[in-house]
Amino acid sequence: MDKWEDNRAWFLVLPVFIIVAFSAIIPLMTVVNYSLQDIFGPGQRVFVGVEWFKEVLSDKRLHEALVRQFIFSGLVLLIEMPLGIIIALMMPKKGWGASLSLVMLALPLLIPWNVIGTIWMIFTRPDIGLFGAGINALGIAFDHTASPSDAWVTLMLMEVWHWTPLVALLAYAGLRAIPEAYFQAARIDGASAWAIFKYIQLPKMRGVLTIALLLRFMDSFLIYAEPFVLTGGGPGNTTTFLSIYLVKVAVGQFDLGPAAAFSIIYFLIILLLSWLFYQVLQNVGKGEA
Amino acid sequence: MGLSLQNLHKSVDGEIHLSGIDLTIESGSRTVVLGRTLSGKTSLLRIMAGLDRPTRGAILVDDKDVTGVSVRKRSIAMVYQQFINYPSFTIFDNIASPLKVAGMPRDQIKKRVMEVAKVLHLTGMLHRMPAELSGGQQQRTAIARALVKDAQLLLLDEPLVNLDYKLREELQTELQEIFRQRDAMVVYTTTEPGEALKFGGSIVVLDGGRVIQTGPTTQVYRNPANLKVAEVFSDPPINYLDCRVDANTLTLKSGLSIPMTGHLKGLTPGRYTLGVRSNNLSLGRRNKLDMELTARIKLAEINGSETFIHVDCFGSRLVVQEVGVRSARIGSETSVFVNPARFFVFTGSGDLVLSPDPFHQS
Repeated sequence: MDKWEDNRAWFLVLPVFIIVAFSAIIPLMTVVNYSLQDIFGPGQRVFVGVEWFKEVLSDKRLHEALVRQFIFSGLVLLIEMPLGIIIALMMPKKGWGASLSLVMLALPLLIPWNVIGTIWMIFTRPDIGLFGAGINALGIAFDHTASPSDAWVTLMLMEVWHWTPLVALLAYAGLRAIPEAYFQAARIDGASAWAIFKYIQLPKMRGVLTIALLLRFMDSFLIYAEPFVLTGGGPGNTTTFLSIYLVKVAVGQFDLGPAAAFSIIYFLIILLLSWLFYQVLQNVGKGEA
Repeated sequence: MGLSLQNLHKSVDGEIHLSGIDLTIESGSRTVVLGRTLSGKTSLLRIMAGLDRPTRGAILVDDKDVTGVSVRKRSIAMVYQQFINYPSFTIFDNIASPLKVAGMPRDQIKKRVMEVAKVLHLTGMLHRMPAELSGGQQQRTAIARALVKDAQLLLLDEPLVNLDYKLREELQTELQEIFRQRDAMVVYTTTEPGEALKFGGSIVVLDGGRVIQTGPTTQVYRNPANLKVAEVFSDPPINYLDCRVDANTLTLKSGLSIPMTGHLKGLTPGRYTLGVRSNNLSLGRRNKLDMELTARIKLAEINGSETFIHVDCFGSRLVVQEVGVRSARIGSETSVFVNPARFFVFTGSGDLVLSPDPFHQS
């Protein structure tokens, strides 16, 4: 009787186990499998050890894509985090203004990612786009399909427009959770607005800002759909980020082995950096409420 | 001298929070503001602090109008229900924060912080962060931060309500000692009659945004001006028995008549409401003058070392407070004893007519 009841407990864990197996473990293991073999066709495969890893790690185009990726994610965090916090601080606390600004902020987040790319591709086209044609009419030559710097400016604008609202919404939620009494107490102490921000609002927002930072880092590091639609990785290779390059290797050249090795390295980089960010932010906030 | 509020009104979005408040608080006095939740205690404190502006009326400090003066320019310290400290400062820096803002020299700050920390038993934890401390210690820190300023007006808004019973009792006693040694005006709000009595000093009873009685705390406890004050200032709320007086007899609704002796002597004929606090009701005879009422037990609540027995007595709900943990059979009939010498007598409209001789009250 006891034995039977003990075993039944496994059935309760089973659904989660199956979901995780299909969503994470099996795909990951498949990729590991591919990364160690040279595949010629169905049933024709040769074990090659870490050959693909060596090849991928010495690939110059991958190095360039990685550097590009770091610059992109770095810029994204540097712009979106402070901007999101500033927007959250300026948002009305209550009334119709609060509802309106929440809806306005949520709009970019509701649009599918490839549609975002399409919208901005048309918006910034130098011949018919409102932004592209408008800026050219002002006498500034702008063409994101020809100039790498214009392509980067367009990508950053799109990225900031798309994702800063997420940071702002999270920061806003964090701000609203601070009891009013903190601000009263600070006013009684005679604290300045800057001191209130630095010593009350910022420490109290640490939790949500950590989440915002991790989400924005991971998402921007994995960016694919928007630059794929907007620039296709060009002009040249100047906006070819890691995932775009990965797809070129895997689907374009059908090099499954190197692509799998590449995926694993990519995955480990994100895991390592996310862990680092998390640890740093946790340590900074040690002992705070 | 002191703080004076003149005909104060406060309404927010058409909702009246305070109306017609006239109060004078002498310098160096201790005042407890007693009222239930939403009676306007916090609104009153916020206006006293200068955090909010009254809709109408004036606030005078030492006869100078300060109604529009910013909180930053007043000499005020405040402690809240929630434990409010700077999350990224150590306990030392938290306590020192008001002095730093005021620009006091470093060695003086250190001296002052150490003094206050000693009073509040925080000396051993000055280098720790607020979140590393227990709730009681966090609130001690907040109180220390308020005391260190030596403000003219010290406001405490239900400071002990979020602490557990044991810590609350401990701090209640300590705070009495601390306040006695200071010459600041202390205003302390609470919902609990027991806490108000412990605090002593003078009392302001608030209800529905109005002041319903003021005076020395024990005197108000003994002579509540009306039914409302008696309700707010009794825990559990005071019990009522309707009665009628003709010629020389006082008759309860149940038909029982009570001899009109002692303080009841001389009541003019008419309808009255008798009020009696729960600790003056008992299930056993305590005095030979006790009057016996028959009642049916509805509910027994065990509350720490006391038991509250709710009974139905001819349509009136009474709560009997018994010492110790008692068991009672729900639905059974019982006798409730009360000494008529302990009755408060209110008119039909709720104003106090007679209160018991204080020596008969417990």
